[in-house]
Amino acid sequence: MKLFSRSSQLMKALIILIGICLVIFSLGVSISYGATTIDLHTVWQAIFSFSEGEQAHQVIWELRIPRALAAVLVGAFLAVSGAVMQGMTRNPLASPSIMGVTDGAAFMLVIILAFYPAVSNIGFMVASFIGAGIAVTLVFLVGSFSGNGLTPVKLALAGVAIGTLLRSVSSILSLHFQLEKDIGFWLAGGLDGVGWNAVTVLFFAGAIGMILALSISKSITVLSLGDDLSTGLGQNNTLIKILGIIVVLLLTGVAVSVAGSVGFVGLIIPHITRFIIGTDYRWIIPTSAVFGALLLVNADVVARIINAPFETPVGAITSIIGVPFFLYLARGSGGDKK
Amino acid sequence: MIPLEKQKRRRFWMIISALIVGIIIFSFISLHLGAISISPIEVIQTFMGQGTDRQELVLFHFRMPGIILALLIGAGLAVSGTMMQGITQNGLADPGILGINSGAGFAIVLFLYFFQGAIPSTSALSTYMLPFVALVGAFTAALLIYAIAWKKGVSPIRLVLVGIGVNAAFGALLTILQLRMDPQNYRQVTIWLTGEIWSANWNFVFALLPWMLILIPVAIKKASNLNVFHLGDDVASGLGTHVERERGVLLFIAVALAGASVAAGGAIAFLGLVIPHIVRKLVGPLHHYVIPISALLGAFVLMIADMIGSNILAPTTIPVGIVVSIVSTPYFVYLLMKTK
Repeated sequence: MKLFSRSSQLMKALIILIGICLVIFSLGVSISYGATTIDLHTVWQAIFSFSEGEQAHQVIWELRIPRALAAVLVGAFLAVSGAVMQGMTRNPLASPSIMGVTDGAAFMLVIILAFYPAVSNIGFMVASFIGAGIAVTLVFLVGSFSGNGLTPVKLALAGVAIGTLLRSVSSILSLHFQLEKDIGFWLAGGLDGVGWNAVTVLFFAGAIGMILALSISKSITVLSLGDDLSTGLGQNNTLIKILGIIVVLLLTGVAVSVAGSVGFVGLIIPHITRFIIGTDYRWIIPTSAVFGALLLVNADVVARIINAPFETPVGAITSIIGVPFFLYLARGSGGDKK
Repeated sequence: MIPLEKQKRRRFWMIISALIVGIIIFSFISLHLGAISISPIEVIQTFMGQGTDRQELVLFHFRMPGIILALLIGAGLAVSGTMMQGITQNGLADPGILGINSGAGFAIVLFLYFFQGAIPSTSALSTYMLPFVALVGAFTAALLIYAIAWKKGVSPIRLVLVGIGVNAAFGALLTILQLRMDPQNYRQVTIWLTGEIWSANWNFVFALLPWMLILIPVAIKKASNLNVFHLGDDVASGLGTHVERERGVLLFIAVALAGASVAAGGAIAFLGLVIPHIVRKLVGPLHHYVIPISALLGAFVLMIADMIGSNILAPTTIPVGIVVSIVSTPYFVYLLMKTK
């Protein structure tokens, strides 16, 4: 799967660097584009010589920048969770959206909104961690108790089933407590109205998650070669897997609590990354983060353009990009390796 | 062999009659439940023509069509699921998982968006059009799935995975489309897509009835072909079945049944998947037994689910599709854990 089979460390670093440059450029586009387009020069001024009186500067600082940064962070986190999941389970279809994580988070959020409507931002976030955790645990349990272990198909089907179940319960609650409006757009996935608060939380939760992910990245590479081999090399598989699950919960939990259900980023980015950069997770994880950020920032711009002046949920955009890729995987490795 | 066959036949008829009795009894219970209370005795009186105008209105114009629709949709989905499992030789196939329901749902929302601008609750013409529209969507989805999954033949596993993907694609397209609708329609469409028998009126009953009355008997008549598929394609062609042609015909019936059901009941998931499994446990794998019982059991279960959905949290109505999901996903998970 490697494009540059002998690519040096330098080459890989270069790829990441180019990715980061593209992300910065996309950030600029994302900040300047909107209901009123603000030219890049003004964006530059607003950032480096902010003046209180200018309305454009206010819009940029209060609305555009937090939104664009949130897109970068959410995209990066979802992609890294996907990469960690795929590495740990050696399952090409493992990813947050396939495993019902977002449905789980939504489930807990509905419960919180229904019974403790006055919940704080942090409470909201904790709830979505717990919900994401419930879903992942259920899907893994179903997988590990079934006949042939967690094959790609079973994982996908278990994800569908658990997701449907949790979503059904959420629908009942939101119908009964009349929360459909609060939950509807969130469920579709969107970055509308994300403020600095959310960015701060994303940043801190994400920093912990990313550091943890990078620190176990080497072990994940070994784990991706097989549990037996990993044990043979003297690695504590259980510990690594627990740490991996914590990374996944932390990163998806915080991403989902801010952006709602944004599907397929965590599925496709790790595959693309592996194709470009090889099988070493020390490189896969940071590169996935950059590519995931790039995808989501641009998807968010498309979401604003495609149906202007209305917002299209960014989750719908990523699904439309992601489904063909999923189908390609289903035809290939995922479909044959029963 | 003959006594065994006889015993099986007796068992078959016993289950059939039990289900029919069950359907009648619960139809009565369902008729008397609701926001406006009508006691069972009053229900009978109204049927004899001695009820008040108000009671007649509630029973004959609101509750009866709803119950009949639930029965028809349940039967349609269950038979469709049974046939799909028979055709693909895959116990996890059903019109919901394969993305056929969401294809039909997408076609209907598209139709409403372009030609209606509003949900048709009374307009008769569009009511009769809806099953056709749903059918176009269902067939488009089926063709799409089949074509994408085709790789020197169609493996059941690939079919299911591709189905999940196509489902997600239609879901995303629906989201985009829904946002362009006005809020009232948006809400209705959202609820309907989770599976709700919308606008229970006689027009819908008459729009759906011919489909079920034609397709289900044809399905029962074709049951022996499904049995032959069970033996594998080679044996089937050895026994003189035109495998590919028959598969096409059977698939056509199954997709048509699913499409027509979706037109009236939204995307009710998992019913078509779970019912055939229960029925096969009761009467064994022979399709000329399985299909009729599936039809009745599907009808019975959906009617009860509808009854629970409209009464348990009253005045909130829970869409019937959600009730079905909550009851059947645990069973699906159990099946998933058992299959290899």
